[in-house]
Amino acid sequence: MKLIVFILLALLSGLASAQESASPAVPDTLEQRIKSCTICHGDEDRAGRDAYYPRIAGKPAGYLFNQLRNFRDGRRYYQAMAILLENLSDEYLLEMAQYFSSLKYPYPEPAANTLSAAETQAVETLIHTGDTGRDIPACSACHGKALMGVKPFIPSLLGLPHAYVAAQFGGWRNGGTMRGQTPDCMSEIAKKLSQEEVNALTVWLPSQPIAGEPAESGILAPELVQRCETILSGEGFVQ
Amino acid sequence: MKHANRSGFTGKQSFFVFIASMLLPLFSLAATSSSGDSNTEQVQRGEYLARAGNCMGCHTTRGGKPYAGGRGFKTPFGEFFSPNITPDNETGIGHWSEEDFWQALHFGKARDGSYLYPVFPYTEYTKVTREDANAMFAYLKSLTPVAQTNPPHKIASPYDNQFLLFLWRTWYFKEGVFEPDHSKGEDWNRGNYLVQGLGHCNACHTPRNVWGASQDDKLAGGEIMGTYWYAPSLISSREAGVGKWSTEEIVQLLSTGINNHAVTSGPMATIVRQSLQYLSADDLRAMAVYLQSLGEKHSDEGAPGKTQPMPERVRRYLALGEPVYEKHCQGCHGKSGEGVPGVYPPLAGNRAVTMTSPLNTIRSVLYGGFPPVTAGNPRPYGMPPFQHIIRDNEVAWVVSYIRNAWGNLGSLVSPEEVDSSRGNEF
Ligand code: HEC
Ligand code: HEC
Ligand code: HEC
Ligand code: HEC
Ligand code: HEC
Repeated sequence: MKLIVFILLALLSGLASAQESASPAVPDTLEQRIKSCTICHGDEDRAGRDAYYPRIAGKPAGYLFNQLRNFRDGRRYYQAMAILLENLSDEYLLEMAQYFSSLKYPYPEPAANTLSAAETQAVETLIHTGDTGRDIPACSACHGKALMGVKPFIPSLLGLPHAYVAAQFGGWRNGGTMRGQTPDCMSEIAKKLSQEEVNALTVWLPSQPIAGEPAESGILAPELVQRCETILSGEGFVQ
Repeated sequence: MKHANRSGFTGKQSFFVFIASMLLPLFSLAATSSSGDSNTEQVQRGEYLARAGNCMGCHTTRGGKPYAGGRGFKTPFGEFFSPNITPDNETGIGHWSEEDFWQALHFGKARDGSYLYPVFPYTEYTKVTREDANAMFAYLKSLTPVAQTNPPHKIASPYDNQFLLFLWRTWYFKEGVFEPDHSKGEDWNRGNYLVQGLGHCNACHTPRNVWGASQDDKLAGGEIMGTYWYAPSLISSREAGVGKWSTEEIVQLLSTGINNHAVTSGPMATIVRQSLQYLSADDLRAMAVYLQSLGEKHSDEGAPGKTQPMPERVRRYLALGEPVYEKHCQGCHGKSGEGVPGVYPPLAGNRAVTMTSPLNTIRSVLYGGFPPVTAGNPRPYGMPPFQHIIRDNEVAWVVSYIRNAWGNLGSLVSPEEVDSSRGNEF
């Protein structure tokens, strides 16, 4: 009680600075600074099981950096994050991106594949071969043979919750407020897919076991690089 | 929609312009505009002044091209969009003259003579000197033109009416030039000029009446139109009056966004990031001197420590909030709400928590936030949002609790108040 009275008096008389020495040590770490993020993106448990919060641990740093700027600058919409990021700088966002990218949480168990054999085959063809007739490159051409992403800007397709994948395709296809305010390679591809294909993808991708590492940069064909220019230029990104 | 409407004011205007030009030489306030005002020097000064007025903050969309406009402002009268003020001939102010610019900043008149809406805070900028206005104009003209057409305002009738705007102006708008008070020091005068003029603190820190007019130059606090934030009074010692802070503490808050007593959040954090952190040490000090003189000095009633015995009903309600605090908040804000200086704001004795309007406190708990990134605080610590972690009634309990724990004294908050505080500008 005496302590409280003392603190109040200190505050009131403008002597609060006298407290400084007495204050409990707060860890001078990024982890402590971004407790406001890890309440949603935090523990390993939640990183996979929750229906909607995407896993961000271990994703390529450039990709995370781009997304953080997208949320802050209104190109991707999620209210809770827009409010938090409003007054943060590129440098700070980059530091956060690198931090989350460096984390290695275990992945969740793959979900069941409830597709028929024919549906499974169709979706696998789409993923590994694409459809030249509709100008859809193989997903693996950009996301890497193992679908584990390509450093530093292209994310893995595995280990994402079903509801999250569905929401992303919804955002790209409606060109709406959620994602892809400005057209880019991924939103163009998403718009070319049929609803059936999207549905199949949102079941198939979360059913895949996770194996392998993100590919090193430099594996993308030049025409694909050009297609994704706005993303791959990653202005302001440093490794 | 604008109609040409030149009635009435012409005589009065030229009178003011006349006064303005008479007074100009008297201003020792304007920082160094010394010998041989070369053009680049004027442009640099203009850039600095435009920062102080935060022109870019309003005239740029999120992630958009600087000064190209398009940012929306929701008000009870409709949604307004800031215009493009880059020197593009078709879509910006490429064809404007210095005089056109002065007409806008000082009189709130567009180039075609129609009245501008006071979402553009010309109601405060009217106090800016002609010399400073010219410098800002020179700076804007030096920018790379951006061709960008912005959406037209979506104004609810009957406000889309130049005649009503004319009436509003006659009633509320005081054209003015800043008049130094020679009984006060140079710092005080410079601070007064910045706070009441370019800094447009009044645009938020005054109660807005039905017409969206700031009451006067009293900085008495008010809920900001179209946002769910309350801008506290800069006079009252129970709100954000800084009469009892040292000038160093005031400067620290304005330039870094945080000090040992307080932290800036929401729109105020944005102002610090976009504008105040760039002000020179001299200007910050001058603002601090002025703000300090504005704030009440006398001991506040209802200050912490004067709690009367509480009715049992109230005590029981507050007890509901305590476990919520211990579980979710104590880790950062401390067992006794003492916070951690420069890292986590104290909640005990924090006026942002106890002031009459609980709006900002409710919003902090629902949405969390970071203090702004500034040169003085480049890696701020954040507060998590709790809207998806605890329910509205728990938010109400914990807010009521922190408003009354540790000697704090504030009204109780209901779950309904929590719900009606939702909403955002994003
Ligand atoms: C209220 C919960 C919540 C908080 C707090 C939160 N996030 Fe998120 N975050 C989400 C959700 C939900 C999404 C997916 C939004 C969408 O679908 O567009 C997301 C998406 C992301 C993404 C993009 C993921 C991807 O794979 O594209 C990144 C990066 C991210 N968050 C980082 C952060 C950082 C850094 C913070 C702290 C400053 C933060 N988040 C705070 C819920 C949250
Ligand atoms: C031309 C290259 C390219 C192709 C082909 C491609 N993608 Fe992508 N994809 C990207 C890029 C680049 C991103 C990152 C988008 C961003 O930064 O906003 C991305 C992002 C994604 C994401 C978001 C992941 C996350 O963590 O939020 C999903 C899901 C996705 N792609 C699925 C697919 C599927 C399924 C296919 C095949 C049908 C495919 N992509 C084909 C380039 C490509
Ligand atoms: C709070 C937001 C806000 C701030 C701060 C602000 N403006 Fe504006 N400004 C607006 C809006 C909104 C309009 C449109 C008003 C109307 O059309 O009636 C506007 C209009 C203008 C115009 C008239 C342009 C035209 O095409 O008619 C000029 C010039 C201008 N502002 C310059 C400035 C300068 C210089 C500053 C900084 C000293 C500044 N503004 C700060 C919101 C703002
Ligand atoms: C865009 C609206 C806006 C403008 C312009 C604005 N403020 Fe604020 N201000 C707020 C809001 C909202 C708060 C309450 C949130 C907070 O505590 O940071 C606030 C809080 C404050 C506080 C108290 C901080 C605390 O927590 O004790 C001070 C001091 C302050 N403002 C000073 C100023 C000064 C000086 C100016 C002019 C240079 C100014 N403000 C301009 C909106 C504004
Ligand atoms: C991880 C640390 C952390 C936790 C946990 C936390 N806060 Fe905060 N709190 C902060 C930080 C950092 C700020 C400054 C945020 C800003 O500037 O927007 C803050 C600001 C506030 C403010 C605004 C103070 C002001 O001066 O404007 C209030 C009120 C508040 N917190 C209450 C709470 C309550 C109630 C809880 C529990 C439900 C809580 N906080 C949990 C870190 C935390």
